[in-house]
Amino acid sequence: MFSCPVAFIFIYNCVLFILFVLNRWKNWWIRGILTLAMISVFFLIIYLGSFMLMLLVLSIQVKCYHEIITIGYRVYHSYDLPWFRSLSWYFLLCVNYFFYGETVADYFATFVQRREQLQFLIRYHRFISFALYLTGFCMFVLSLVKKHYRLQFYMFAWTHVTLLITVTQSHLVIQNLFEGMIWFLVPISSVICNDITAYIFGFFFGRTPLIKLSPKKTWEGFIGGFFSTVVFGFIFSYFLAQHQYFVCPVEYNSETNRFMTECEPSELFQMKKYSVPPLLQAVLGWETVNMYPFQMHSIALSTFASLIGPFGGFFASGFKRAFKIKDFADTIPGHGGIMDRFDCQYLMATFVHVYITSFIRGPNPSKLLKQLLILQPEQQLSVYKTLKSHLVEKGILQPSLRG
Amino acid sequence: MPRILDELDLRSDSDVPDVPPPTDSTPEILKRALSGLSARWKNWWIRGILTLAMISVFFLIIYLGSFMLMLLVLSIQVKCYHEIITIGYRVYHSYDLPWFRSLSWYFLLCVNYFFYGETVADYFATFVQRREQLQFLIRYHRFISFALYLTGFCMFVLSLVKKHYRLQFYMFAWTHVTLLITVTQSHLVIQNLFEGMIWFLVPISSVICNDITAYIFGFFFGRTPLIKLSPKKTWEGFIGGFFSTVVFGFIFSYFLAQHQYFVCPVEYNSETNRFMTECEPSELFQMKKYSVPPLLQAVLGWETVNMYPFQMHSIALSTFASLIGPFGGFFASGFKRAFKIKDFADTIPGHGGIMDRFDCQYLMATFVHVYITSFIRGPNPSKLLKQLLILQPEQQLSVYKTLKSHLVEKGILQPSLRG
Repeated sequence: MFSCPVAFIFIYNCVLFILFVLNRWKNWWIRGILTLAMISVFFLIIYLGSFMLMLLVLSIQVKCYHEIITIGYRVYHSYDLPWFRSLSWYFLLCVNYFFYGETVADYFATFVQRREQLQFLIRYHRFISFALYLTGFCMFVLSLVKKHYRLQFYMFAWTHVTLLITVTQSHLVIQNLFEGMIWFLVPISSVICNDITAYIFGFFFGRTPLIKLSPKKTWEGFIGGFFSTVVFGFIFSYFLAQHQYFVCPVEYNSETNRFMTECEPSELFQMKKYSVPPLLQAVLGWETVNMYPFQMHSIALSTFASLIGPFGGFFASGFKRAFKIKDFADTIPGHGGIMDRFDCQYLMATFVHVYITSFIRGPNPSKLLKQLLILQPEQQLSVYKTLKSHLVEKGILQPSLRG
Repeated sequence: MPRILDELDLRSDSDVPDVPPPTDSTPEILKRALSGLSARWKNWWIRGILTLAMISVFFLIIYLGSFMLMLLVLSIQVKCYHEIITIGYRVYHSYDLPWFRSLSWYFLLCVNYFFYGETVADYFATFVQRREQLQFLIRYHRFISFALYLTGFCMFVLSLVKKHYRLQFYMFAWTHVTLLITVTQSHLVIQNLFEGMIWFLVPISSVICNDITAYIFGFFFGRTPLIKLSPKKTWEGFIGGFFSTVVFGFIFSYFLAQHQYFVCPVEYNSETNRFMTECEPSELFQMKKYSVPPLLQAVLGWETVNMYPFQMHSIALSTFASLIGPFGGFFASGFKRAFKIKDFADTIPGHGGIMDRFDCQYLMATFVHVYITSFIRGPNPSKLLKQLLILQPEQQLSVYKTLKSHLVEKGILQPSLRG
């Protein structure tokens, strides 16, 4: 008799509580499920190989461009500007043609040699790209309408800045990818790891705000995320560096018409003995340690991802506040637009590319050879002689009898 | 969908504040000399005198050599950048934005450092070899430039102030677009200059000639308007200017191509510490017999004609200067109307700012550079050699072997006994 209403109230309260929790946590459930979905798609595409990854990067680039341009339309109420939608897509096409033409010429050299029409396109590639761009420029000038000059110039500038941000970065990402999938995976995962660990550390230990732009970020999260990301990158590189699939530069095999990643792993990916500095020796108790040289590089990459990468995120936050938008778009439920996921990645991609060209990769021998064969015969002869004397001097080549 | 407030942007064009009329910066002496003339002719005299002054300065600098020309291009670039940024400040009333002036100049410095560092490394190779500190700067040049740029980027993010977010983003975008226009173009102009002064002089003079002759033809014969953006331009002026410029370029190249001073690539001589323009003129600048096509044979009465191959290229350059170059001018006119300014600045009395003089040149510089790299110049052998020497030994050996077999195949090299 006593228990009935109590039980009823109890059950009622329980139901309310569960509904309350579900409602409050509903957002988190959606985010969580979508996160898992994105990660699974990512793993699937890694499994499918470099070409699919390249297509993925390309489609992300197009979507980001579309999102930012759409924001521009909304800010300037310029849906009805004559031709402007077509012009924006045309410029995107031109710049992509320019960048991917250069890449294709380098990496698909064997595929291209055999087709005459492609030879013409490649030899005059810059001129053709410039002519295409100029056509777009002239179209823009001819489309200027008296009452809308300023709007049209704003959209023109908006388009160009967006192209600069999205297309050049995606091109650099693909160049990194072709250097070896590890140069694509480690940076991207470092940025994602930094996001997640900075959030976790901020959630549990966060007290001191970091920057007014993003009130949710804290110094504790920042520093905790930094150390976690460096450790994560270090360990993750260790596992990736053992597989040729991740480590070898992507090459196009014309016999099988497929991308190959088989090679002799370079020095970076061969185990080396490092002597532990005295400080760490006391802590760890080891005198030497076996590591891949790449892991040292991964420390540099993770450090950048944790310390400077967030500035890309602050830039995007500032941009959203400036134009009073909450998310770039609502493509992904719970997460916002594609740009929201990739805002920190942009600086990272450029940094990795500059890092590779400055510290890792020397010039590409086949590219050099291709340029050598275009030279005039006297120039080729002089280069040949200088190279020969250099090789003889270094002892790589035996001096011939003829000298 | 969130509502977007846009106090600045939804104002119609008429709400942009008009720029106050520029103060008269004509020198006193000119004013006194011309005091007797009516206002209309006074303007023409001032324009004429300044035109002559600019042309004389130009000739003087050509005489002084490539290095002075390079400095001239650099100073024009800085002034154009300054003019466009100042317009941005006025449009957005953003004089008081924190740090923004310093940041704009800092970005200009970074991008110039990047571009000129690449040029210096190529052209001053001998000068640079001898100095150890420069070696470090050059080997890691891209990384250092990127680090400098990132510093500026982070400073910008840290300088964002709550009430001024949008203004600051606008100025950031304005700065970057201006950099893209002014600095890359000036860099291309200098690369063209280093290819040979003729590649600098013929395009620039073609654009100027097109301006002047299109105006003259328009003045005498102009009836049909060309484009709404620039009501003073006419089809008659456009077409007359086109033909005059092609003829002018053809004749001008003929005279320039005879002198080594204009035709040779600029090289830095480390012994005399000066720029040299002495060389064996390339094929382009050696007289050749061309057979005249039958159509022109009837008109001119010649069967063959002696020309420099470069003159054919000058036709392409002049055609571009006349047909597409004006679009750069229309773009600048549209820009000035959009922001309701009469001139970019009032640096040159009677002419406006430096940008007003150079708006057509921008597309030209890029076109000439693309033209040279596509049709004229092959890769640079010393640059290739430098890259070859960085390769790994096995890679060097494989390149050596392929090059050797190629040379033997072409008969340039005798096959050695060792094979």
